[in-house]
Amino acid sequence: MKLKWISYPYIVWMIIFILLPLFLILFYSVTYNTSEGLGFTLEYFQRFFEPIYINVLWRSFKLALVSTGVCLLLGYPMAMILADKELKNRNVMVLLFIIPMWMNFLLRTYAWMTLLERNGILNSLLGLLNIAPKDFLYNEGAVILGMVYNFLPFMVLPIYSVLIKIDKNLLEAAGDLGANSATTFRKIILPLSIPGVLSGVTMVFMPAVTTFVIPRLLGGGQFTLIGNLIEQQFLFVGDWGFGSAVSVIMLILILISMGVMGKYEKEQEGGGLW
Amino acid sequence: MEDQIINLVNISKSYGGSEALKNMNLYIRKNEFLTLLGPSGCGKTTTLRIIGGFETPNSGRVLFEGKDITDVPPHKRRVNTVFQKYALFPHMNVAENIAFGLKIKGIADSDIKEKVKKVLELVNLAGYEKRSVNSLSGGQQQRIAIARAIVNEPEVLLLDEPLGALDLKLRKDMQFELKKIQQHLGITFIYVTHDQEEALTMSDTIVVMKDGLIQQIGTPEDIYNEPKNSFVADFIGESNIVKGKYIEDFKVAFADNIFDCVDTGFGVGEEVDIVIRPEDIKLVDIAEGMLKGKVTSVTFKGVHYEMIIHSMGIDWMVHSTSMEQVDSPVGIKISPDDIHIMKRVI
Repeated sequence: MKLKWISYPYIVWMIIFILLPLFLILFYSVTYNTSEGLGFTLEYFQRFFEPIYINVLWRSFKLALVSTGVCLLLGYPMAMILADKELKNRNVMVLLFIIPMWMNFLLRTYAWMTLLERNGILNSLLGLLNIAPKDFLYNEGAVILGMVYNFLPFMVLPIYSVLIKIDKNLLEAAGDLGANSATTFRKIILPLSIPGVLSGVTMVFMPAVTTFVIPRLLGGGQFTLIGNLIEQQFLFVGDWGFGSAVSVIMLILILISMGVMGKYEKEQEGGGLW
Repeated sequence: MEDQIINLVNISKSYGGSEALKNMNLYIRKNEFLTLLGPSGCGKTTTLRIIGGFETPNSGRVLFEGKDITDVPPHKRRVNTVFQKYALFPHMNVAENIAFGLKIKGIADSDIKEKVKKVLELVNLAGYEKRSVNSLSGGQQQRIAIARAIVNEPEVLLLDEPLGALDLKLRKDMQFELKKIQQHLGITFIYVTHDQEEALTMSDTIVVMKDGLIQQIGTPEDIYNEPKNSFVADFIGESNIVKGKYIEDFKVAFADNIFDCVDTGFGVGEEVDIVIRPEDIKLVDIAEGMLKGKVTSVTFKGVHYEMIIHSMGIDWMVHSTSMEQVDSPVGIKISPDDIHIMKRVI
């Protein structure tokens, strides 16, 4: 407790860059300017429930859910391979897996554009096989691909960190008691890895549902997701009140899903990243 | 042959160039309590893991009731294991842990419930079905691990230093209980330990191992009273091991004296090791002693005193219930059948 003062800089940082902006967003979302000064309104929140915006919300959740699902299906086996006790050069494998994460997120997404565009590398390769060029870019598939590519490590790493901690003796004990490898996976490995799965799902779903760069670059702006909607309100439309209201709604939705996840995680006696 | 349940035939196993087992041959009889005893790295756990199916030998065969099971995976073997660190499934309660093997066999739920209840009574934990395994003490977890293994009614139970993590008092109680369970169930126990006292207490047969080789197989009495070499003598109980020379049958020389003994069959003039248990050395009045010496230290050990007597350039360890004063001169007397002569280990 004597070292309490070393936390002061962080507390100042937190107030200026987290609490104050949060308060400002809340403030903008419920006030409007009149000639007599500020007035209170819930009109921005009401507006969000118009079908066009509910559609945006629905699409965001849908794409984020699909991406999270694909990440889970790809990431779990990947994590199992990495966590395999007999794997040689594990560190090299983990490094190879992490290296792309060191590169800037935007660069990686732009790289996909050059791969997928109409005159891009993929279509040139198809051309060699006499297949007419296809539109790979600017559709839902491209957006999901971008999300999966960017967020996959966030699924693999928490699952990996849980799998690697599972006592090898437990697997031998299961075998000893008559379980073949499929039963051992179903009854021992899978239940014990649930905390990692929950962490992974949270860490992929949260950024996926709010991303606006990926749909703008790979979706070509045709796929307005919730992140794009917020971005537009602030940067192009200038409707800070509505933008703030959408942000507040997203914040609440995220807090609710975090709460649900957290509850599960506690029941499973933790072990994830957070 | 009839009552042999497991045969290890010419088993060798090495890990990255270092040999853990060297051409091991061993048979295990039905319903016996057999202990593999030795210091760490002697190959005892490797032997157990080969019987359990967790390791495959580099060469040699494992026979179960005469049938070759060398390449049969663990889940198809009729043996169960109690692991060193219990390996209870942390996401299941006590009953689910114990029922794990039964459920896989497809036994009806009502039968499972009955069996779980019975086995919990057997290990003195009746009523613990719904408890989380993480809330149990080390001794209780140990009993659950044993219950989880024996509920499957294996023909052979493998136990890998199951009492290693328990405190002394609990260990003694569990030794007694394990022996009771083994006699009650009438199944074969193969027990791995480095604790000689544990091995002597529980076993029907002890296999002493060192560096991947079997040193001696015998009953606890055999192993203790007639150790085959100075390693076994030293490892089982405490010993005075001195260098000697075999003079002729019934005569051996050590400590600059010639002693009567009961051994025969060594070469005349052969260099041998002489093993004498500390409790077999009698301290007498100096005039009556075969050797004369001086007490250099006395330590109280509970039941007995441990004294070091310096005589003829050798420090003799003596256990006795009566104490001598430090620095007092004493005589040493050893009766012929307490002098054990062994081939010199080079």
